[in-house]
Amino acid sequence: MIKFLQGNEACVEGALMAGMRFYSGYPITPSTEIAELSAERLPKVGGKFIQMEDEISGIAAAIGASLTGKKAMTATSGPGFSLKQENIGYAALAEVPLVIVNVQRGGPSTGLPTSPGQGDVMQARWGTHGDHPIICLTPDSVTETFYLTIRAFNLAEKYRVPVILLTDEITGHMREKIDIPDPSEIEIYNRKRPETGDVYHPYGVEPGEIVPRMADFGSGFRYHVTGLMHDETGFPSNSTENARKLMDRLMAKTVTYRDDIIDYEALYTEDADWLILAYGGMSRSARAAVKVLRQKGHSVGLFRPISLWPFPEEALSALAGKVKGILVTELNYGQIKLEVERIACGRCPVEFLGRGNGEVITPEMLIETFEEVAK
Amino acid sequence: MNHPLAESYFRMDKLPHIWCPGCSHGIIMASIARAIDRLGLDKDNVCIVSGIGCSSRAPGYMDFNTLHTTHGRALAFATGVKLANPKLEVIVISGDGDLSAIGGNHLIHAARRNIGLTTICFNNNIYGMTGGQYSPTTPTGDKATTAPYGNIDKPFDITKLAIGAGATYAAKVTAFHVTQMDKYIESAIAHKGFSLVEAIAVCPTYYGRKNRKGSAVEMMTWLKDHYIDFKVAEKLPPEKREGKELMGEFINVDAPEYTALYDALIDRLKD
Repeated sequence: MIKFLQGNEACVEGALMAGMRFYSGYPITPSTEIAELSAERLPKVGGKFIQMEDEISGIAAAIGASLTGKKAMTATSGPGFSLKQENIGYAALAEVPLVIVNVQRGGPSTGLPTSPGQGDVMQARWGTHGDHPIICLTPDSVTETFYLTIRAFNLAEKYRVPVILLTDEITGHMREKIDIPDPSEIEIYNRKRPETGDVYHPYGVEPGEIVPRMADFGSGFRYHVTGLMHDETGFPSNSTENARKLMDRLMAKTVTYRDDIIDYEALYTEDADWLILAYGGMSRSARAAVKVLRQKGHSVGLFRPISLWPFPEEALSALAGKVKGILVTELNYGQIKLEVERIACGRCPVEFLGRGNGEVITPEMLIETFEEVAK
Repeated sequence: MNHPLAESYFRMDKLPHIWCPGCSHGIIMASIARAIDRLGLDKDNVCIVSGIGCSSRAPGYMDFNTLHTTHGRALAFATGVKLANPKLEVIVISGDGDLSAIGGNHLIHAARRNIGLTTICFNNNIYGMTGGQYSPTTPTGDKATTAPYGNIDKPFDITKLAIGAGATYAAKVTAFHVTQMDKYIESAIAHKGFSLVEAIAVCPTYYGRKNRKGSAVEMMTWLKDHYIDFKVAEKLPPEKREGKELMGEFINVDAPEYTALYDALIDRLKD
């Protein structure tokens, strides 16, 4: 079905198709449309929407709902993402599937509430205290917002990891044509649940499986969930050996299964001797710039991480060994640039064009910078 | 031989609990189990949610669906559990600091919504887990590790706070008055809207020692001598009410419950 939607609306359409039946959140610009549309749509499909008293309870209620077996989502922006961090860590340690949408705006603090920014990319990776696994996906269009929201739910269910859908004010508020597929065309992953009668170890992984099976609260498996380090039974344990085992297993999720999680777009990279690296809303300018630059005779490609975390490290590393340089562009002061420098590891120069004033970097600005650095 | 109530409702392999000798928390936890038993609830349909603190360790010992959350957020997690699955009987265990300081916002809003959660506040007037700092219910003038010269804060009355915010059931009781506690917790769980039982507890280790309140027995005796039912107090002459603390069932009214209202909304949209 062809529709003309905002990115934020496409996010809700994707979430519903993925099976979202619970949304809890708090109003904040520029993500509010996600809450508004969820409020309208969820009760019509027997789902639940609740506007909580603050951002913290917005994610807390979603975690509670997920424990009863519902697919749950919360959405926020800027300051709200900061407030949600503690419970993102809870979901990571307690392995509660959950989708957190962050429609990035200009920061820090209240910053620029109605303008785009990409200053939360490192917070998306390391925002909560302590080491933890996280998956973060970032779309560059309305259509991709729809599909990545579905993917976010699928990955959350499959790996029992909180998944952050990191959009920005550009993709969130932009309207584009979108062809919404029939649900039968969409692959949906549902968390594995224990079978009735099983001896249930809520944090023990069955042989040949990826993560522990997850029982719904109320389904007859009375188990304990805690944000303390716990053993396979789910109960707290102070054992350092146990903590090592648990942390190793959690941290391995996005490493062992990275090939299933990592996603990126490589455009004109086969023959490229330069790369422009951009992601999310900024890749729209970068794509336009790359096309113009190629018309002008530059052998340049676009590398666009779609999963920011885990980062498409191996693919970028292979390219970094071949190209003369990489120009990173992002709406911040160089957060992903650091990651690219780490991966390039001195094999090619990493140039940078960024800003954090709420303005988009235009294709013209990128073309000008590229022609300066790639002389 | 173990008590049959313990065998039925507790995870025996997780006991003994971590609480100090003389702590009231075990008394309140047992009262919750007795209330569940008398109501004949199916253990599979009971969910106990807590935050962080001494009292919040209780769910680990109790054989239900149990959720030990982040500091202050028990009611917020519980709101999600209850709204997502209203068939669950959701009971929140929270200390005075957890519930009325860091979690105060969730308390007033859960009460305002009249969502069918039962909150049992284990109020021992102190932060025990962190070693004896003053909480929002530490009486003015009392000492704590962070109030070495006496607390200048004015304390909350958590029961009144909940009533003011819209709780449709609220009672206050002490760890000494166990018969009343059993009755109030049973009524609170059976109640259809937001209910709160504030259970005044003693912390001989931190609050008691810091304020020279004597042994656990002396502290319990103080509760016995100073707390009277507000209905009894109303009949006493002013001189006999002097220095008394009031307890009892302060409110018990029917009002539409939140998750039922939401389910009605879903039904309405089907037409």
